[in-house]
Amino acid sequence: MDSQFQFDWQAAIDSIPFLIKGIPYTLMISFGGLMIGFALGIIFGLLSINKKWFLRWPATAYIEIFRGTPILVQVLFIFYGLPDLIGGPIDPLTAGIAAIALNSGAYISEVVRGGVQSIDKGQSEAGLSLGLSRTQTFWSIIWPQAFRRMIPPLGNQAIVSIKDTSLFSVIGVGELVRQGQVYIASTFTAFEVYFVVAIMYLAITLSLSLILRLVERRGLASV
Amino acid sequence: MTHIVQMKGMNKYFGKLHVLKDIDLSVEQGEVVVIIGASGSGKSTLIRCVNGLEEFESGQLEVEGQKLAPKGGNQEALSNIRKEVGMVFQQFNLFPHLTVKKNIMLAPQKVKNTPQTVANATAERLLERVGIGSQADKYPTHLSGGQQQRVAIARALAMEPRLMLFDEPTSALDPEMIGEVLDVMRELAREGMTMMVVTHEMGFAREVADRVIYIHEGQIVEQGKPDDVFDNPQNERTQAFLSRVLAH
Repeated sequence: MDSQFQFDWQAAIDSIPFLIKGIPYTLMISFGGLMIGFALGIIFGLLSINKKWFLRWPATAYIEIFRGTPILVQVLFIFYGLPDLIGGPIDPLTAGIAAIALNSGAYISEVVRGGVQSIDKGQSEAGLSLGLSRTQTFWSIIWPQAFRRMIPPLGNQAIVSIKDTSLFSVIGVGELVRQGQVYIASTFTAFEVYFVVAIMYLAITLSLSLILRLVERRGLASV
Repeated sequence: MTHIVQMKGMNKYFGKLHVLKDIDLSVEQGEVVVIIGASGSGKSTLIRCVNGLEEFESGQLEVEGQKLAPKGGNQEALSNIRKEVGMVFQQFNLFPHLTVKKNIMLAPQKVKNTPQTVANATAERLLERVGIGSQADKYPTHLSGGQQQRVAIARALAMEPRLMLFDEPTSALDPEMIGEVLDVMRELAREGMTMMVVTHEMGFAREVADRVIYIHEGQIVEQGKPDDVFDNPQNERTQAFLSRVLAH
């Protein structure tokens, strides 16, 4: 067995210009998907705590389905399955964004639900007793406090979703991992290339963590 | 006499628990009514019905000429009532994400569309009145309990209520801060504010109340002038309760 492996720094460095082309796709899929996911999360998170069962049940069904099935299955379903239904192809980028949106939306719904439910009942009683409507009470009293508590779990979800985009190499979207696979196919330098790919993910997620920590600190300073 | 609050045969249940039993009670303009009773007697629930934080199951409740329907019916009356009735809670319930001044400005701006400059001036005036003008730009958590409760009173007053409800306003306070809150309430009473106060402060009740009501297991068993109720209680339940709370 040949264990004379030597990490080839030159091969690693050479791969960077090609791999870096995957970053815009990784960012576009993750942040595009997360933005839609955040909107879905607010809508379905709030519906899931509505008193009316016909609003609550569909929201709960959505959350359970997309939390309870693998995101890989979801993206394969959207990319290969859905075209049969809508009678036309879906481009891989759209499919990727849709998968992140629907998947993160389910998790963010739970974050929203937890955040809102964590606010003391006395807060809404105070708002209502001052004459504010339920809607006013929610948006000017409950939501700002809930949102602040949601920042850490939202950051967590963003990091999970960024990493989830790596699975979308299976539908041929040119994100980081896909770029790596294509590069390795001609150079056979798997170790070096995946090492660089990993570093690139880490650079993205660490930057995000840093930003979130600053946001959190600013948010907490005003309470 | 103008009735601000009128309850007739009002009943309230928590599930199977009958917490308010056939309550008949009216409160006149300018009257200070203090409600006393053991914990769990239904006294907080009673005043929480007045602004609809609790629904009642049967009977009549009229506040400021607005009829509230049982089981939370008549939302329009409810929203009118809440604009006219202020409430102060045991746990203050200030909004922690807003400064003290913004806590007070929120409702006038949102509910009455009061211009910001006017709301701001009102807030400053009210904070002076409750003796904490210098704390306007702090966040509530940076204030002592007594200060927070005074802000809560100012916040309710900013809506220019015709009736103020106090739900055990000093029960969560350290002993040395109770006096400063009671002083503000005493001042309000002197100025003619109609008040319904649930409290364990018997000294305050005796001094400030026009009428004291004793509630036992959801029923009004005795009411009258403070001196009569405290010095010469007629009902044996009242006697037992008072001998327990006044013993120390």
